[in-house]
Amino acid sequence: MELCDLTIHELREKLETNEVTAEEVLDSFLRRIEAVEEKVRAYVTITADEARERVSGELKGSLAGIPLAVKDNISTEGIRTTSSSKMLENYIPPYNATVVEKLDEAGAVILGKTNMDEFAMGGTTGFSAFHETRNPWNLEHVPGGSSGGSAAAVAAGEAAAALGSDTGGSIRQPAAFCGLVGLKPTYGTVSRYGLLAYAGSLDQIGPITRDIEDAALLLNVISGHDSRDSSSVRQEQTDYTAFLQEDLSGMRIALPKEYYELDYNPEVKESVLAAVKKMEAEGAIVEEVSLPSIEYSVAIYYILATGEASSSLARYDGVRYGYRSKEAANVTEMFKNTRSEAFGEEVKRRILFGTHVLSAGSYEEYYVKAQKIRTLLIKEFEEIFKNYDLIVTPTTPETAFKAGSITAPLESYKMDAFTVPVNLAGIPAITLPCGFSSANLPIGIQLMGPRFGEGKIIQAAYSLEKLLQLENKRPELEVR
Amino acid sequence: MLEKKDIERLADMASMKISASEADKFAGQLNEILQYVEKIKEVDTEGVMPTLYPVSLENVFREDKVEPSLAREKVLANAPEEKDGQFRVPRIMGE
Amino acid sequence: MSREYETIIGLEVHAQLATETKIFCNCSTEFGAEPNQHTCPVCLGLPGTLPVLNKKVVDYAIMAGLALNCTINGYNKFDRKNYFYPDLPKAYQISQNDFPICEDGYIEIDTEEGTKRIGITRIHMEEDAGKLVHEGSIDQATASLVDYNRTGIPLIEIVSAPDIRTPAEARAYLTQLKQILEYLGVSDCNMEEGSLRCDANVSIRPVGQKEFGTKTELKNMNSFRAVERALEYEVERQKKVLAEGGEIIQETRTWDDSLNKTISMRGKEEAADYRYFPDPDLPPLVVDREWVERINASLPELPREKRERFVREYALPEYDAGVLTDTRELADYFEACVAEYSDAKAVSNWIMGDFLRLLKEENLEIAEVKMTPAHLAGMLKLMDEGVISSKIAKTVFEEMFKTGKEPEQIVEEKGLKQISDAGELEEIVLKVIEANPSVVEDIKSGKDKAIGFLVGQVMKETRGKANPGMVNQIIREKIESL
Repeated sequence: MELCDLTIHELREKLETNEVTAEEVLDSFLRRIEAVEEKVRAYVTITADEARERVSGELKGSLAGIPLAVKDNISTEGIRTTSSSKMLENYIPPYNATVVEKLDEAGAVILGKTNMDEFAMGGTTGFSAFHETRNPWNLEHVPGGSSGGSAAAVAAGEAAAALGSDTGGSIRQPAAFCGLVGLKPTYGTVSRYGLLAYAGSLDQIGPITRDIEDAALLLNVISGHDSRDSSSVRQEQTDYTAFLQEDLSGMRIALPKEYYELDYNPEVKESVLAAVKKMEAEGAIVEEVSLPSIEYSVAIYYILATGEASSSLARYDGVRYGYRSKEAANVTEMFKNTRSEAFGEEVKRRILFGTHVLSAGSYEEYYVKAQKIRTLLIKEFEEIFKNYDLIVTPTTPETAFKAGSITAPLESYKMDAFTVPVNLAGIPAITLPCGFSSANLPIGIQLMGPRFGEGKIIQAAYSLEKLLQLENKRPELEVR
Repeated sequence: MLEKKDIERLADMASMKISASEADKFAGQLNEILQYVEKIKEVDTEGVMPTLYPVSLENVFREDKVEPSLAREKVLANAPEEKDGQFRVPRIMGE
Repeated sequence: MSREYETIIGLEVHAQLATETKIFCNCSTEFGAEPNQHTCPVCLGLPGTLPVLNKKVVDYAIMAGLALNCTINGYNKFDRKNYFYPDLPKAYQISQNDFPICEDGYIEIDTEEGTKRIGITRIHMEEDAGKLVHEGSIDQATASLVDYNRTGIPLIEIVSAPDIRTPAEARAYLTQLKQILEYLGVSDCNMEEGSLRCDANVSIRPVGQKEFGTKTELKNMNSFRAVERALEYEVERQKKVLAEGGEIIQETRTWDDSLNKTISMRGKEEAADYRYFPDPDLPPLVVDREWVERINASLPELPREKRERFVREYALPEYDAGVLTDTRELADYFEACVAEYSDAKAVSNWIMGDFLRLLKEENLEIAEVKMTPAHLAGMLKLMDEGVISSKIAKTVFEEMFKTGKEPEQIVEEKGLKQISDAGELEEIVLKVIEANPSVVEDIKSGKDKAIGFLVGQVMKETRGKANPGMVNQIIREKIESL
């Protein structure tokens, strides 16, 4: 394995002992990018010059010299931040997101901004206005979305780790599709200041990494109260790496029957259940439970997320930044032409649906109703976590599918069924690879925990990771 | 169920322009989604409070202390059109 | 057939709160800056930014609510009001919809029929939008320019109940509201600067009918006088429409100050659907009793209370009390004087007269006046001591006002001491008597009033410094002895 195939903690050790220099590490990643990016196309913007400049100076911190990628919906000062949309193709933010500031402070080196579904709406990265990203495990297949670029970059060795964002599964699903670890923290744990909003009550930024230890390291850096984010929670300083213990004894695991009774890819189900069996063998107690409101989670997710999004995306009107249509006799026409020309179809579809559910006459019936069902779902999760430490499910019902194979909107929305309940409940969840399909595509297992229960899920995931020993598997990319 | 004219009204509210064929297509797709989400009506939510915030915070404040604003060049740096330190837009109708 | 109509008016007032910073960010709210000098990623609504609530805005809103006799709501939230306009950076305004900070209050206004209560339905907090300037002529604007300095400045929207029955009452309501907010110090209430804005809803209904008529909304009134005139015009217009058998259309009309009429803003007929929903970026605001009580305890004395107290405590006429309590600054100035010179009526006369006159002439704020309350008190004492006459006092006053010098210093420097020496005065009186024999004859033959002329002559001789009482006395004595 080359330097660019190593984990953060492995690279740190080599850097700290001066076995390698930060320049050598960076070079390895830049060479890999040059070799595979043409096929993978994980990035929107590569900041090679800035990265070289950065490693030429002294870097201090827990991520000193570690090259990372950042999803392109996270604001980076002086570096264009496009959300993979024509609307922001040339938008250069004058400020850094809080998480970017934290990465900087920790000495990390940013390699570039990664591709995504436009404005985080999608599950394939195919809705990017610029280009498609492909799955390093099989270039005919999607990397997942909306953080597909981040996942593909890490899987391909084009970054040691990456930041993604998760509103309905956008970190976990691509991480699962690309055989990686993806963590969506408890809502309020990581500052949203600087994250281009999709749905404020659901969005969270989180790490996509090669193993659990890296995820814990990154979470340490990016988490923490931020006075610029009113939804940011004050917590005691937690060292998430303290939970990197191999110990499953006595862990009470709940398997919601609603996830397992459904009809989907049997290889996924088998692989996940086999992993659960391994955990049981190590002392975990596994029981079946019921989460009846799961049935409605996709429905309420789409109502709430699109409702919020229709409002959050209204600011893109061509006045202050971003795309502006050249044709316009007056400002109203300018708004309409700008938004019609610069938004992709999926974004328009969700904005229209969101506008509908918020409009007078529909608001009570859809939006408020969905908020009430959300309450029921939250209560159901709380009840379960009174008696169990974790809920374990497959991360997705499918492995990475072929690019272009899913065209109907509703069909793709239903694919989010396994991940959206987590965002609705505001709880943390982690995905890690638990196996491979017969087509050699990664299968992800999802561990959900109670609010602020990152410690539990990290410990369980770490233990499972050591049992499965899949973290060093890398896709065989034709490296020129 | 939504008709073409409903989609056109929604597009108008969302400041988007869509063609007649797009309106048709979106109507079909949105109706499919609406049909799917109809099932939420079968859930008994009598006496259930809506969740507005997924985290139990309240009273998050800041102090009334002036801090430097963003330098004007930076404010205008991304402006598609500017004049005299202001953002320039096409005329507003009906004033 | 001419029917009797009753006018129903409701007013929506937006007042900018005088906090140092904006409602959701730390940009300065100072008026008059160059365009876009007081903006930041948050108030510009740049992608990824989030609002954080300024606590002082809540304090001020609670103060206003208490002063306006409202209930302060314990549970508050912020909602997004969604619409597109170039001066609105996020294409939504953060406002309060169903859980506003204050409800169910009232203001008392003075009408010809006595004191009347106008209900206040609600008060809520929201952010202001930016400012638009049009390029080209008003009819043929080619483009618009946007300045976002004003975006994010905190506002309270005060909605009255439809209890106002005449345009004059509307004006009284606004005057009283402005005075109260100024007293509290929560707003500059300056319509010219835009820190106070007013929209009106007006309808008419036949006397005796219970249902309200169709109302129209009036906008673009830039002074209290404009509000009054716009309402007068609109009421007449509506009466005319109905008299001709027509119907009132529910619409927004703009007041044209130069044409003196309200003009329909056709195109805004369809009520906008603002799609209000709770802003997920701002957690709820919980105002507990303790907070309300703390604010309540810190409320200053309000205009009406102060007026009534002035009448009681200082035995002043209603009229004086009214003038002196017009602003808190003036009332404070008055009381500071009375603290040093107890004849309140005397102080009141000077303040209502020369003080206010000079304030206006010099175009000053009270805070800028160089003359202190102690100086005025000092001058009044000099009058009591006979050092200066009331006529000379006017000169001293004006000098004090303009220079801030102490009264004694001015009297000294300008040699204004009253002449009360009988000998000195006798000499001058004799001179004047000699010079005006015909007048003396008039006096002797009974025309008592002519004495005034001689007194005047003596005053002229002494350049106003003669003690007028003594002069009068001496003239009489001398003439009698002739």
